[in-house]
Amino acid sequence: MTTTFFVNLMAAGLARGTPILFATLGGVVAERSGVMNLGIEGMMLVGAMTAFATARSTGSALAGVLAGISAAAALGLAYAVVVVYLRADQVVSGLALGFVGTGLSAVMGAPLVEQREATATIPSWEVPGLSSIPVLGEVLFRQNLIVWIGFALVPLCWLLLYRTRWGLAIRAVGEHPSAADSMGVPVYRVRTISMVFAGAMAGLAGASLSLAVTPGWVDGMTAGQGWVAVGLVIFAGWDPFRAAAGAWLFGAIRRLPLDLQAVEGLPLFRNPNLGYFLSMLPYLFVMAAMVAGSQRAMRKRLGAPAALGLPWTRGER
Amino acid sequence: MRGIARVGFEPRLEVSAAVRWSHTVLSVIGALLCGAGLLDAAGVDPWAAYGHMARAGLLGSYALSDTTVKATPILLCALGASVAFRMRLWNIGGEGQLLLGAWAASAVALKLLPTSAPWWLMLPCMMVAGAGAGALWSAGAGALRAYLRVSEIITTLMLNYVAALWVAYFVFGPWSDRGFPLTPSFPASANLPRLADMADRWPSLSGLTVHAGVLVAVGAAPLLGWLLTRTRWGFELRVLGANPSVGRLAGMSVTRHAVVAMALSGALCGLAGMCEVSGVVHRLQDRFSPGYGFTGIVVAWLGKLEPWRVVVVSFLFGALLVGGKEIQPGGVPQMLQGLVLFVIVGSEVLLRYRLVVRRAGENAA
Repeated sequence: MTTTFFVNLMAAGLARGTPILFATLGGVVAERSGVMNLGIEGMMLVGAMTAFATARSTGSALAGVLAGISAAAALGLAYAVVVVYLRADQVVSGLALGFVGTGLSAVMGAPLVEQREATATIPSWEVPGLSSIPVLGEVLFRQNLIVWIGFALVPLCWLLLYRTRWGLAIRAVGEHPSAADSMGVPVYRVRTISMVFAGAMAGLAGASLSLAVTPGWVDGMTAGQGWVAVGLVIFAGWDPFRAAAGAWLFGAIRRLPLDLQAVEGLPLFRNPNLGYFLSMLPYLFVMAAMVAGSQRAMRKRLGAPAALGLPWTRGER
Repeated sequence: MRGIARVGFEPRLEVSAAVRWSHTVLSVIGALLCGAGLLDAAGVDPWAAYGHMARAGLLGSYALSDTTVKATPILLCALGASVAFRMRLWNIGGEGQLLLGAWAASAVALKLLPTSAPWWLMLPCMMVAGAGAGALWSAGAGALRAYLRVSEIITTLMLNYVAALWVAYFVFGPWSDRGFPLTPSFPASANLPRLADMADRWPSLSGLTVHAGVLVAVGAAPLLGWLLTRTRWGFELRVLGANPSVGRLAGMSVTRHAVVAMALSGALCGLAGMCEVSGVVHRLQDRFSPGYGFTGIVVAWLGKLEPWRVVVVSFLFGALLVGGKEIQPGGVPQMLQGLVLFVIVGSEVLLRYRLVVRRAGENAA
């Protein structure tokens, strides 16, 4: 009984946490380059809507994912032009991007609402042999493909940030753009490319929602997960591995109310109205994680990237 | 000399009022043009949609009355956002504070005071409860920001979802009216008076739903303007927003100001929630707010955080909501709000800098 409960919870938590993981990884890279992005929610929604619409009309999930990624990356590019080249305030433009994305996906997705069910979805992948291992098999080896992409992207992002020249450039631009500029790093270009990458990851997050985790398109289907990703970036201390831990934990907590309803013998949960309080848990978890993250950051002096959120102009300091 | 022209920016030394106003107007026009392109791509005739919105939102006494009704909560939320934004505290939780204010006001009207309570006791109690609940909700985020340096952007946002679930619990659960997701109607003494209530004496007023909340909202604007520009508190708030270290060196308390500014911001949003349940809905129900708290953020920024400009912009956004209500697909007003904000913020660089074109080879200063 309890084993199945936890196995289900962990398996579902991994799947539900993966879209947030994608968005958070994108956020980590963008913020490392000094660009704060509060528009993740909007980019995810546009990605989810585009992916679903494309997968429906072409019948190919891959085409859907690619379309979702490109649509959100285009939004990321527009945002980068505004905040990197035009030096707009990043908080307000990020919020504006969020509004635009939410509204745009509602307008463009309106004809899709009646066709709720997805035709082409991202397949699950059962690893032959390994999937019959009792607990591990169910948690790890019968997952959707996106979970495996998530497993791969976490170390890849870490390698990108800490073991490549590109990563060095991204981190330098986020810490001290003037110094990076004097060493010949193209500050504007690095920030723009990082932001486009973040957009693409948010698009992947949206596509994996509408084509894998909860297949279909519902207006506002991200339900705040984009904002959660913004919070997890800070909780993660701008580190891909901690981002993964946070995202999967969030996924499990988000799944908890559903799973607890199936457990018998818990008198507390007989009252269905208590589900509202359980549904608050993921959001309260993010707040608690942020408090914990800020305490650790203050103790270890692990701050945000020093130039985070500050527009930079060549020749000005 | 390569003869290629390069575009650069030169800082402007001063910005005249004419430049500011034309910037606002041109940005709105630019945003509407972008929106037209997107609407066209979505298969909607943009000019017909804009024409309909202008007619439905601005022409005739009913339209103006509906627009004012929508503008009331927007104005209060925008004033609330302006207070926090002045100190560069990003209170994005106006929506949650509005919901909690509405909840607290409903608790007073339905549970705490007897239905026989007279209006002069009922309405002030509801206002105090609404403003107080909003203030507490946001002061928590302000305190986390001030003492633990937790980003108020995220906490206020997360609290929006918590507040929505809190309201949902009460309207679906203990306060539900026969299982519907709404509470029973408030007693008559808990409703803000409307123009239409006087229709038996002046028949021409029938159908006008403007309620007394608009007086609260429009009254709050000059009061807030006075607080922000004519008092020591407002001065300190602006100093701390512009340069926290200067403020700290001058002996101002950053932490105290942060909590107070957030509390005042939340109080105004909570008041918006009270006015909405008491003046419009007359009960608490699920999803009664179409995102007034978020619209307030856009309006505050477009009004450049100055109360009187905010009044004007609130009214225009009220018209946008009324006019956009019947446009299919939904979401058009929200998209336009975002676009307007995006274009305004993106083009603010032209207020601060002058665009200059120079040939390559000429040295920049």
